[in-house]
This record gives sequence, structure tokens and C-alpha cells, in this order.
Amino acid sequence: MHKIKKSLNNFYQLAKPSLIAVAIGLLSGLVIMFIFSPIDAFPALFTLILGGFNGGISGIGDMLYSAAPIIFTGLSVAFAFKTGLFNIGAPGQMMVGAYVAVHIGVLASPGAFPLWILALLAGALAGAIWGLIPGLLKAVANVNEVVTSIMMNYIAGYLVIYLINTYILSLGDSASRVIKNAARIPQLSSIFPGSSANIGIIIAFGFVILIHMILHKTILGFQLRASGFSFDGSKYAGMNTKTNIVIAMTISGLLAGIAGATAFLVAGKQIPARFNIFTEGFDGISVALLGLGEPIGALFAGLFLSNLREGGFYMQLYPFVPEIIDMVISVIIYATAISVAIQLLIKKYGERFKAWRKSKNEQKGEAQS
Amino acid sequence: MGALTYFILIHYEIKSPEYIKNLVTSKQGKYISLAVILLLTALVSYLGISLKVGPQFTLLYGMIIGGLIGGLYSMIHAYAAVYLKANQIISATALNLFAPAFAIFTARFIQGGQQIIFNSQFMIREFPILSDIPVLGDLLFKRTYLSFYFAIGLLLIILLIINKTKFGLRLKACGENPHAADSLGIDIYKTRFIAVVLSGVFAGMGGVIFVATTSAEFSATVDGFGFLAIAVLIFGNWKPTRILLAALFFGFMRTLAAKYSLVPIIKDHGEFVQFYNMIPYITTIIILAFFSKNSKAPKALGEIYDKGKR
Repeated sequence: MHKIKKSLNNFYQLAKPSLIAVAIGLLSGLVIMFIFSPIDAFPALFTLILGGFNGGISGIGDMLYSAAPIIFTGLSVAFAFKTGLFNIGAPGQMMVGAYVAVHIGVLASPGAFPLWILALLAGALAGAIWGLIPGLLKAVANVNEVVTSIMMNYIAGYLVIYLINTYILSLGDSASRVIKNAARIPQLSSIFPGSSANIGIIIAFGFVILIHMILHKTILGFQLRASGFSFDGSKYAGMNTKTNIVIAMTISGLLAGIAGATAFLVAGKQIPARFNIFTEGFDGISVALLGLGEPIGALFAGLFLSNLREGGFYMQLYPFVPEIIDMVISVIIYATAISVAIQLLIKKYGERFKAWRKSKNEQKGEAQS
Repeated sequence: MGALTYFILIHYEIKSPEYIKNLVTSKQGKYISLAVILLLTALVSYLGISLKVGPQFTLLYGMIIGGLIGGLYSMIHAYAAVYLKANQIISATALNLFAPAFAIFTARFIQGGQQIIFNSQFMIREFPILSDIPVLGDLLFKRTYLSFYFAIGLLLIILLIINKTKFGLRLKACGENPHAADSLGIDIYKTRFIAVVLSGVFAGMGGVIFVATTSAEFSATVDGFGFLAIAVLIFGNWKPTRILLAALFFGFMRTLAAKYSLVPIIKDHGEFVQFYNMIPYITTIIILAFFSKNSKAPKALGEIYDKGKR
């Protein structure tokens, strides 16, 4: 019993900065909504927090469905973070992953091996290759991975349009063709009827545990974290830092590739044949930052963010556009960045408040006596 | 000359001081500065543009408003990164996320739509006498924008400030060895704060130019120009004149992609238009691969200044 209490307390101490940040973010969202439309602000905020739960069972299912890809992109960015790399290329890796998965889902004929697993693996591979390039360039030519992965996003964006137009265009929709039934990720329709929930969320959960294990229980994970902590230090300790960079970026890209596959191996999902960069990729950055760079943090942050986005969908009853969510999230991220300062501030004013209360009580005591 | 001259004109791309803004920030050690300050400014300057006082005057005061807003917005980032010792990338990411969302939110609220359409007439067709000069006249004085000359002027001023004034030398000192600079009595925090805000001002001006010269509507996107600016900065090795050349190169590449139909040889291959669009980004990567080995980045780039570390 005592042990459970202690671990809960530990968890609270770990999550405290994130919780404060979330509170600040929601509060500033409320303020913005209040400025634009005071009457609707409070119910809208309530709807926002409730998120997918507004829609009952199917709402929760949809929330879990859209959570899976952003947990994967969050894992991807968090994994790179741990190695001291900033993989801003998750959107591009996700796009090529999605394209390759859909390509197989449309064109391949179902064989003995389940088609959806094949498509998922191929998507992962494509993402890994897309992540490998910035990794190699960083290791070999010392090219800043932030810039290269941004460039890779744009290249992926244009490449995907070209490939869709050439191979799998559905003329009427100006998007990719609908995937075969065998390529769909198995649905959880018995648990969440009427929603798109699929086992993607279970796969994501598995990967969270896997990546946590890799980072914290294996030699490779130790080396990756060491080179993230001190690049020169780990080099002097005899680790092959260059190989580690390549490995980290490849795994990061692989995770983003799976994110793309899980988002699009779903009935009714088509990749539009115009230039767009998937927002789920950038959500990965938010999720990783909000989850404090830890895989398990990314799981919670991914669920939270996906819930907020569902909330934005239900919030359309009110005169606020869903962009309010991006604003709330950006304030949350900003607050995490300055969380150390915020905690100091809270402590300082808390102490002042206590001292003020104490002096007031003393005054009362004096007056009574 | 014909088509060829047109490419070298590339007025809209090269002429934004956005490329210059990174220079100032990086010299003193800030990394990702904010692309999307551009957006906020663009939204505000739209209000300026919609008042009709003659296009050239409008462009100028639009840029001033844009610069002001950019400077103000970057203060949020500067305060966190310089004084609160926050991680610059995290705070920059937050601001990058906020600006487009805010722009769309307010635009939809105020006028019901995300796109803001305005009447773009800022292009100067030609200057009376100067455009008669052979070659140069075609290049510099025809189909051009006032902002081009403004950017060139700004570049010269920045060159002077960085290399000749007390502030410029202090800026460089803060970027190279802040502890040594601190020991000589320079206020590192203040210098860095000013530098980040200045970079916000330039980025804001770049945003106004981007919107005013590339399109006739504002739709809450800057096509990754801010990120491209960082690439240009690294490509230009943190030196103003080389940054100008790098910016010219990218402008050329992007124009080639946008106006490919004007080149006879590639005109007939419209199906490859996506590949033309990729060219600027692929060349960026290739060039960076060659130039990054001996990069002359400021030594304290991206580091939080901590007095105790001396």
C-alpha cells in the first residue's frame, strides 16, 4: 500500500510541470474565447475538455483511432529527442509511409499473408528510409538534421502528389484510390460500434512499451541516451556516435512511417492529391514535448491531444473554429518550456501568501487577546 | 534576353529581408527564429493594405506595421529563451504553432473566411530613365518592387552595424564567447534580447513582403519560407554578403520551378512539375552536404547563457 502511494507521488512529481502547463493552456484558451464571445466561452471549454466523450462510445472510439498515429509520431520525435536530435521531419516520413502503405493496399492482391500487415511493414520501411537520409547526412557531412528534415518534408509532399497522380489516382475524388478490404487494419467495432477505432491503438501501446524498453533496458538505448546527453562525452567513452545518429534517425523515421500507415489503412481514408503536409506529423512534436520526451509520456500526451482535437470537432456548435485547439496546445508547449520558471513563481507567491496568512492570523490573535 | 532575364529578375523571392533576419539572431547565439511571425504580421498588414493611400506608400507602412508586430511577437520568445532559460526550440515550436492558428481564428471570426483577398498593385512596371540601361535596366528597374531596394538598403545597414559599431561587435562577442564578453561588462541578456527582437522585426517585414508580392490573397501560410531562411543562413555561412548570394540562388531555383513553362526545353514536360518544385529543396540538401563540414557557426549558437558556467 505504502509502495503504491509512493509511486503515485513519484508520478505526480514527474507529471506536475505538464499538468500546470495544461491548466495554463486551457485557461488562456478560455480567455481567448471569452474575448470573442463571452456567452459561449464556458460551455465551449467544457465541450473541449470532454473531447471524444461527448460522443459516447463511438466518440471514444474515434478518439482512440485518431490517437494512434499521433502517439506514433510523438514516439518518433521523442525517440530522436533522447538522442539529442530534433526530428522535425516526422510529417514527411509519415507521408511516404502513408503513401507506400496505401499503394500496396490499392494495388497488391491479397495472398496468404495478411495484406494489412504487409502494407504496415512497407509503410514503416518507407518512413525508415526517409529518416535514414537526414541521419546519414548528419553523421557523414555534419549537416544540421533540422534543416534537412524540413527539406525532406517538402520533397515528400511533392513526391507523394506525383506518385498518386501516376499510380493510384481516383479521378473523381482527386485523391488516392480506396484500399482493398484486406488492407484495412482490423477494426474494434464490437467494442466501439459506429466508430473507426481499430487495433492501431493496441499496436501503438505495444510500441510505447517496446521503445521504453529499448531506451531504458538495452545497451543500444543506453548509448543513444548517452550521446543525447553529451555527444563528446560518449565519443570519448568509445561509443560509435555516428552510427548511433543514423540508427536513431532511422528508428524515428520508422515510427513516423507506421503513423502514416495506421492513419490511412482505414475504410474511406484517401490521401488527397494536392500539396499538403500532414498535421499529425507536427502534432508529434507537440506530443513529444508535452510527454517530456518519454515514450510513456507520449502515450498520455497523444491521448490527451487526440481528445482535445475530438473536442474541437464537437465544439463546432459554438462560433469557434477548431484552430482554438492549436492555440491552446501552443500555449501548453510554451508553458512546458518555461515550466521551471513557472514553478519557481508559484513557489515564491505561495510562500508569500502563507506568510501573509500567518501575519493576518497573528494580528487576529493579538486582537482577541 | 526575354525569358532568361525574367528568371534572373525573380523579384518576389530575393527581395525579402527575411533572409537577413536570421543573420542578426544567429550572430549572438539564437537558433530557430520564428518563421510564422510572418503570418501574424501578414494578417495585421492586411488591415493596412486595405486602406487605400497609393500602393507604394501602403507597402512601406505595411512593412513598418509588420516589423512592429514581428518585434512584439518575438519578445515572447526572447523573454523565455534569454531570461527564463527555456529551451529555444520548444518555445519557438510553440510560437510557430500559435501564429497560424491565431491568424486563421481571427480571420474567420472577423470576416467569416480563411482567405483574405486584397488588391495587389505594388509592382513598379518600370522606372522612367533607369530602365533604359542595357541589361541592368531590365534586371533591376523593370517589373520590380520597392521592397527590393528596401531589402538591399537594410542589408547594407546591417553590414555596417555588425562590422563597424559598438553594438555589432558586442553582438558578435555574445555569439562567440559570451563569458568573456560578460567579464568585460557587456550585458549578455540585454544584447541577446535586442538581437532576437530585431530578428522578429525583420521577419515581420519579410512576412508583409511575402504576402504583398507573391499573391493577391492571404491564406495563413508562408510556404515554409522561415525554415528556408535558416537553410539560406547556413548555406551563406553566417556572412551577410554570402547570404545575399545564397538567397539569390534560392530565388532563382524557386522561380524556375514556378515559371517552368517559360523555358522552351522543359516546357513540354509538364508532368514533371512536382519534380521542378522539389529542386530548391533537393539543392539545399546537396549544397548543405558540401558546406556544412567547415561551417562557421557562432560558437555559442543555441546555448543558454548561464553566468555560473564561466
